[in-house]
Amino acid sequence: MSNKQLKITVRGTGIVGVWQAFVLASKGFSVTLTCNTKEPFKEASSWIAGAMLAPFCETESAEPVIRRLGLSSLPLWQEAFPHISRNGTLVVAQPRDTSELQRFARQTSAHEFIDEAKIGELEPDLAGQFRTALFYPDEAHLQPHWALSYLLQKACEAGVETKFGTSERPDDSDYIIDCRGIAARDELPDLRGVRGEMAIIRTSEISFSRPIRLLHPRFPLYMVPWPDNHFMIGATVIESDDQGPVCVRSGLELLGSAYGLHSAFGEAQIIKLSANVRPSFPDNIPKIIVRNKTLYVNGLYRHGFLTSPALAHLVADYLHEGKTDEGIFVVEH
Amino acid sequence: MVEFYGQKLDSRLLMGTAMYPSPDILQKAVKASKAQIVTVSLRREAARQQSNQQQSGQGFWELIRALDVRVLPNTAGCKSVKEAVTTAQMAREMFETKWIKLEVIANDDTLQPDLFGLVEAAQILSKDGFEVFPYTTEDLGAADRLLEAGCKVLMPWGAPIGSARGLNNPYALETMRNYFPDIPLVVDAGIGAPSHAAKAMEMGYDAVLLNTAIAKAGDPVTMAKAFADAIDAGRAAFKAGVMEPRNMASPSTPVAGTPFFKLD
Repeated sequence: MSNKQLKITVRGTGIVGVWQAFVLASKGFSVTLTCNTKEPFKEASSWIAGAMLAPFCETESAEPVIRRLGLSSLPLWQEAFPHISRNGTLVVAQPRDTSELQRFARQTSAHEFIDEAKIGELEPDLAGQFRTALFYPDEAHLQPHWALSYLLQKACEAGVETKFGTSERPDDSDYIIDCRGIAARDELPDLRGVRGEMAIIRTSEISFSRPIRLLHPRFPLYMVPWPDNHFMIGATVIESDDQGPVCVRSGLELLGSAYGLHSAFGEAQIIKLSANVRPSFPDNIPKIIVRNKTLYVNGLYRHGFLTSPALAHLVADYLHEGKTDEGIFVVEH
Repeated sequence: MVEFYGQKLDSRLLMGTAMYPSPDILQKAVKASKAQIVTVSLRREAARQQSNQQQSGQGFWELIRALDVRVLPNTAGCKSVKEAVTTAQMAREMFETKWIKLEVIANDDTLQPDLFGLVEAAQILSKDGFEVFPYTTEDLGAADRLLEAGCKVLMPWGAPIGSARGLNNPYALETMRNYFPDIPLVVDAGIGAPSHAAKAMEMGYDAVLLNTAIAKAGDPVTMAKAFADAIDAGRAAFKAGVMEPRNMASPSTPVAGTPFFKLD
């Protein structure tokens, strides 16, 4: 059967939906991308994501399947988005928290312990700040807003038709790919929200080439360098569905830890404080749920940017040849 | 069998629910350990979620309820009496239980209990009908005051929260056990390894409460079982009577009557 004959509607313009639309259209399906707001992206939790492609660091607390999906996604990102930075990740801790570094190293792989000199070589602005660090050379990062717009444009070039500002469930499609994130909870009662809060700051006094993770027993933090002297600081992980604004305590923790990482951040400007919830299943592992002619791709938790490309290809494989990946697919009868 | 406020329980392990890789792993860990009490810290966001909830979804709290064990809400991170009392009242409403693990934190670095605030909050909450599990130190004076305030359980620390240092002051913990032979005593906080938990149980403590050592283990489910086994072993050893250390070596096989040394 030719792919052209299959009409697919992808619902949701977070990172999952945009990747699905792009991949399915590139493979020749006739794809319509819809979302319930007039403007795409902004309601999606991926809009405020850290967008680190860190399959190794994430296994500190994630299941091995996340690393597998992440590793297959990395080359897909590189192919689709030229503005990806593949400079690795640096993980640091204050001298009194070096046991955190040991623990992190034990739980993860593909890293090396580096000394003060090498830290200064990699990140000159951190020279002299830390005596030892963990370096993950094979990880990458990107700017999520840029990536979302870029991918949407590529999806449109590949033939995707967009219908924004509609919440209706399409009835003329052969398949619906439901990527609505937490909004799909009306149909996926297992989904829960895990609140995340982040800050964007700007300073030209300091620059990084890669995400820096600062380990701390209470306030672990990561900082991702964005273009134009911007830094994204993330992120809290709170078991709550509350989508309200950032609370003072979280704001203090994020900004305080950034200042702790480098005092130059004390002079940075706060551009934005944002909060949203990550759609998550009880095991915090993404699922592709096949229910009649609807495929729900959801529950990406902290791993939206890391796993979306691989999940898009898994959906394409399913539509092509009915192939299902164990551990990700749930086929309901 | 251990008894807290009239509730008889088989398990002597109380498990915290924070920092697990996922609710699913938490659930498996609770099952593997056969724990019958879990503590849950209440953050304001959660309470807000509860009151705003219009959707049919399954939040973390529903997952906790689904564990089918007793919930001991706590006032983790509260730094004043007022904050702790308010949090306790919210928790009572949310979890429909009179039980509250009372924490009033004095020092931000060590997270050690503010004993003055703790006693005051325990008085207020006990009068209000709560059954209070106070997180305290080994201080006997504070322990007396907590009992006067209406507490029927005491939970002295092993070491600072999350520090994994084990029993920092075994002498004081032993003294406390001897001083309050009939009060249920739980070592709460600072436990890092199953051997720490076993040690507390060998001293005659009634139970052990911990979170980080299981949640942050490489394999939390296996670690939960390891703690449950260590607690069982420590309790059995206490009941069997652990021998006191001696200064002089004493061979288990008598040598006095050995007729001759082995000849090569």
